[in-house]
Amino acid sequence: MAILECKSLSKNYGRVTALNDLNLSIEPGRIVGLLGPNGSGKTTLIKLANGLLVPSSGEILIDGEKPGAYTKSIISYLPERIAIPLWASIPQLISYYSDFYKDFDAQAAENMLSNLNIDMKMRVKEMSKGTREKVQLVLVMSRKAKLYLLDEPIGGVDPATRDYILSTIIGNYNPEASVIISTHLISDVESVLDEVVFINGGQLVLKSSVDDIRENNGKSVDALFREVFKC
Amino acid sequence: MTWHFSSDAPIYSQLVSRFKEAIASSELAPGERLRSVRELAVDAGVNPNTMQRALSELEREGLMYSQRTSGRFVTEDENVIAQLKQALARNIITEFLNSILPLGYTVEAVISMLKENSKNGHT
Repeated sequence: MAILECKSLSKNYGRVTALNDLNLSIEPGRIVGLLGPNGSGKTTLIKLANGLLVPSSGEILIDGEKPGAYTKSIISYLPERIAIPLWASIPQLISYYSDFYKDFDAQAAENMLSNLNIDMKMRVKEMSKGTREKVQLVLVMSRKAKLYLLDEPIGGVDPATRDYILSTIIGNYNPEASVIISTHLISDVESVLDEVVFINGGQLVLKSSVDDIRENNGKSVDALFREVFKC
Repeated sequence: MTWHFSSDAPIYSQLVSRFKEAIASSELAPGERLRSVRELAVDAGVNPNTMQRALSELEREGLMYSQRTSGRFVTEDENVIAQLKQALARNIITEFLNSILPLGYTVEAVISMLKENSKNGHT
């Protein structure tokens, strides 16, 4: 069964259509890149999957169920903005996550933070933007979820950290779980992806494996994206 | 092992080529045990399914084999490795000739240049 399935999914904000009759199915055990130009509907799709938004029509199913208490227990979500409290220290955040999520692995979080040389005594308000992003991503990846939804996870961090984060994603995630990564930094992520989903104007443009794109087009996903969405 | 990927060819076929190079040059020794798919994927910075696909292809070509309990190994078959070396050498030569012949040299001239070059201690 698909871990995420959209059936004729549409979402309007007043007169603006963000998703338009989208049909999409993501299998378990995949690392998927959700790619599209600004305003194409990526964040809307992720928020619908989280139950933060409600569809205007059609439906979205996570592991066969509509967004609710069960789906929240199996989704680990990295929002596009910093959503951890500024007053908190790292140990406080870890205990917070341990209380909220049964599948949170505090030891894994501490290991990753120490690999990233993050000072455990810091409070969020004392951290740089990049460090806040790292901490938030570590918390999200330390859950043993079935579906990880990462909205722009590597945008604000330096290239060395980007590599570490991507290898963390490959190395840590459970082989039964799927990871959906929305990003503009295609060339950085393409080698870790199984599949890419291109959306534009709220509709599916292309769903393909990375190697099929390279084989059939003789170019990288990044190059194809630039061609398809040329301004 | 070090890894570099070009952006125009499928990643799994680049992984296959890199492993072949490593086996032919004994960077991976005959009979050597490979690390797990996951570890190799992290090391190369690629998707584990892509790594798995490359390793299966190498097994299909007889360059690696799996033992159910103990893991995956580089072949110990000297003939297979010799054939692999020859195939890689032919590819390198073809590529080289395709680059140098359009400059107007004959094959004979190229051969004498190669001899000259190796006499001068260039390898």
